[in-house]
Amino acid sequence: MVLVEFGGFIVTMVQGIRALFIRPFRINLIFKEAETIGVNSTFIILLTGLFTGAVLALQSGKAFRLFNAEGVTGAVVALSLFRELGPVMTGLMIAARSGSSMAAQIGTMRVTQQIDALEVMAVDPVSYLIAPRIIAAFVMVPLLSIIFDMMGIFGSYLVGVGMLEINEATFFEKIEAYVKTEDMWDGLIKAAAFGIIIAVVGCRKGFLTEGGAEGVGRATTQAVVIASVTILIADYFLTAMMF
Amino acid sequence: MLEIRNLKKSFGTQRVLKGVNLKIKNGEITVIIGSSGCGKSVLLRHLIGLMKPDEGQILLDGMDLTNLPKEELKRVRMRFGMLFQDAALFDSMNVYENIAFPLREHRRVSEKEISEAVKQRLQEVGMKNVERKLPSELSGGMRKRVGLARALVLNPEIVLYDEPTTGLDPITSRAIDDLIVQTQQNIQGTSIIISHDIRATLRIANTIAMLHDGAIVAVGSPEEMMNHENAIVRDFLDYGLPKNFRA
Repeated sequence: MVLVEFGGFIVTMVQGIRALFIRPFRINLIFKEAETIGVNSTFIILLTGLFTGAVLALQSGKAFRLFNAEGVTGAVVALSLFRELGPVMTGLMIAARSGSSMAAQIGTMRVTQQIDALEVMAVDPVSYLIAPRIIAAFVMVPLLSIIFDMMGIFGSYLVGVGMLEINEATFFEKIEAYVKTEDMWDGLIKAAAFGIIIAVVGCRKGFLTEGGAEGVGRATTQAVVIASVTILIADYFLTAMMF
Repeated sequence: MLEIRNLKKSFGTQRVLKGVNLKIKNGEITVIIGSSGCGKSVLLRHLIGLMKPDEGQILLDGMDLTNLPKEELKRVRMRFGMLFQDAALFDSMNVYENIAFPLREHRRVSEKEISEAVKQRLQEVGMKNVERKLPSELSGGMRKRVGLARALVLNPEIVLYDEPTTGLDPITSRAIDDLIVQTQQNIQGTSIIISHDIRATLRIANTIAMLHDGAIVAVGSPEEMMNHENAIVRDFLDYGLPKNFRA
């Protein structure tokens, strides 16, 4: 059952990516989806990033102070954010916000015959509904992840330097010393993979919706749960490969 | 001519279509009647390739639509227009964008030409000043009119109607019936209607086909069907009509 479901997601992903290279190229739709997934999620990412960094600094700063190592707080927070928390938290937030929205929107279109109408009008629903969402999520989730990382570091700076009175120069010096460019790249690759997972799961669950309003609700819930779990599982394997 | 040959479709153990045979003549309004849940909509969905049959053929001018490659099926679909039961308008687009959608997808035309085409189609279905409204702001009858305008915008040869008057009041139903007849005269093509509205069927149909127990049990003109030897057909038509009905 799980394997069949997994196979279905792979098929949807391949169909969606293939549709990106077949005319007509739906640039306007890609930008529209990028706005929905990315721009409209900026505030929530700013907020969660800020507080994630702040709480990390609070916890780790106090712990490091026990053995006079609070100077590395900024570096530890930055590494955690770039490698793990940035992409994973962004992925989970976008799965909840945009993955659910994709499933609900496409699911409603399915149960109200709007997808049938697309097919009758000789428009490929994969090209029109799925492909733009996949590419938009693929691009926007890494960008949001960068915003999350930056806000997280800012949050940790406020707590570390402002509250825990860590030396400002040491704070930044340690970040520079320990965080490598590869850490950032690896985080971005993860975020891009999570973007594809969110879009594929959300679109497929919406596409296969049946059973009216109840079916749309079920599809939406499943999209969030499956995307979130898949992100965490994929994160383990990507981490094992990268680091 | 559109010909359905021995079409069979099952969902699990439930056999919905058990061998449908029907010839639909060009230039006519053919109404397929039958009780609720007898498989009328399933049959209609097969005609436009939204469902694949388990067995059988659907021949359009000799070409079998049931096993066409995807791209070929797309080309064939351009010859069809379809009015869905609840119109199936895109709720994220306003009326103008809904009607313009097929043109934007399939025709290289200027915005001015699109605007003129939308205006003309809306006029044909008796609507004006609704271009900026969203589908949620329209009544059931208005949505069907807009759905019909969208279905006609690419000048289809064959128009399919899935229960066009279901859920509408008698006056609006009559208006939609008149619109179907007028549309048929305008396009000079073929109209296929799925309905259990007997009053409307007798008024507008050139040919009536009755689907019962997964097969077509009778085909004929309204007069022939009213006097059909099959009691199921006569009963269905009689029960569906008010007393002193005048077509």
